[in-house]
Order: sequence, then structure tokens, then C-alpha cells
Amino acid sequence: MTLIEIGILVRDIASIALMATGLVFVLAGALGVLRLPDFFTRMHAAGVTDTLGAELIVFSLILQAGFTLLAAKLLLVGFLLFLTSPTATHAVANAAHRAGEKPLLSRFHPKHPRDREGDA
Amino acid sequence: MIYGTGLAVVLAVIWWVLSGYDKTLLLSLGAASVVVTMLLAIRMRIIDRETAPFFRLPTLIPFYTWLGGEIAKSNVAVLKAALKPEIDVTPRLVRVPVEADSDLSRCIFANSITLTPGTVTVEIEEDAFLVHALTPDFTGADGFAEMNARADRATDGRRKSS
Repeated sequence: MTLIEIGILVRDIASIALMATGLVFVLAGALGVLRLPDFFTRMHAAGVTDTLGAELIVFSLILQAGFTLLAAKLLLVGFLLFLTSPTATHAVANAAHRAGEKPLLSRFHPKHPRDREGDA
Repeated sequence: MIYGTGLAVVLAVIWWVLSGYDKTLLLSLGAASVVVTMLLAIRMRIIDRETAPFFRLPTLIPFYTWLGGEIAKSNVAVLKAALKPEIDVTPRLVRVPVEADSDLSRCIFANSITLTPGTVTVEIEEDAFLVHALTPDFTGADGFAEMNARADRATDGRRKSS
């Protein structure tokens, strides 16, 4: 195996690792949106998806693109996501707050389904 | 003037990155579009240090590198909270005092709070932000004060030490 082939292999491994980690974060964000109790807490889970999840996937694609114009475009996409997603999140949160959506402020700790069956 | 030059250079670079053309005709069309955009911006009088913050990159880049580390840490914290077999969260709404010399500094601070998972800026007030947090772990006053000081220093450099 030549040195170049080893380099490509290392790049592919790093890229796949980044992509897999990003997918874990995106999946966790989606699960959090389903599992958390109210609007504001679900918004936090969605935040995981558009910060680390999206950025890790963009970085892995940059590694695949190499040192090309495509990589510069992907970098621009990542930069725009980084700056605009919190602005969108704030706009949604602010709209909900002004419309009178009351956040849940008490402890949310439902019983495990197994224990709930015992109660019934 | 220097902000206008910076804006023109950044516009030209973005035009070229997005198109990737190298023919003289197309490049001159790109240059023409940059000139038209600059004329519009000058006529609207929106070129100042807030709209063209490119000369603060030497301090903004270290700030966003530090923020990236904080984002990674709180991402893992939210991940754990969302994936625990038994969800146990106590959401909090806190008022965070803000010390900022400029609108850009306030904006970057509010954006950084929202960018960090687990905390979202809900309302902007005169000298404070209303912040919603997923659990009380995210509402440490020291953490917010440090982020505020770093954002302020990154944008204006007036605060010498924290």
C-alpha cells in the first residue's frame, strides 16, 4: 500500500467517524423532541440537531470533498447554519412567549412504563 | 471607507466561491454586481463597524473556537438528558443580566446563549435576557457572566480583563 492510499484510508475513516457521530446527535435530537414534555424543552432537543449534528455532517463532507471549491461552499453552508439556526430558534421561542405559551417549570419525572403497569 | 473596502472584498470572494467561474466576461459581470451592491449599501448608509465586522475576526475567531468547545460540552449534556431511560428534567426560566458596550456585543451574546443547547434566549430586555434552560445545571450565573465578558471583549476589546 502506498503512502497516498494510506492517506485516503485515514481520511475516509475520519470522515465516516464524523458522519456517524453527527447522525447519533441528529437521532438523539429527534428522540428528544418526541420524549420531552413541553414546547420549550422540545426546542432544546431540536437545538442538538442543528448545532453539533449538522456541523459534524458538514465537516465530514468537507473531508470527502478535499481541497476544492466544493469544500469552500460546504464551509459557507456550515457557517450560515451556525449563524442562522439560533436566530430562527430565538424567533420561534420569542413568538411562543409573546403569544402566552407558559413554560413548564416543575420537575418532569414520569415513571418507567414497567413501574406504571405495576400501579394499574 | 475601510469598512466599505472590507465589505467589497468579502462580497467578491463569496461571489467567486459560489460561482467558481474563470472567464473574463463572467468575472466582469460579477465585479459589476459587487459594484451595484456597494452603491446600494452606500446609498442606504448601512456601512459601519456593525454591518462589516470583518476586521474583528482576530478576536472573533478565538471566541467562536471557545464557544465551539462549550457547545460540544452542553450538546453531550442535553443528549444524556434526552436519552435517559427515565426522563428527569426541571426546566427553568431565568433572567440573565447583560453588560454590553454595543449592539453587536449584545447580539453575539444572545446568539451564543441560543446556540448552546439547553439554553434559549426567549426575550430581550433593556439590560437583561430572559433565558429558558432545560435543567438547573445550565443556569449557572458564572457561566453566563463569563460568556458575556468574552463576547464583549471579542467585539470591542474594551474590557481588558475578566
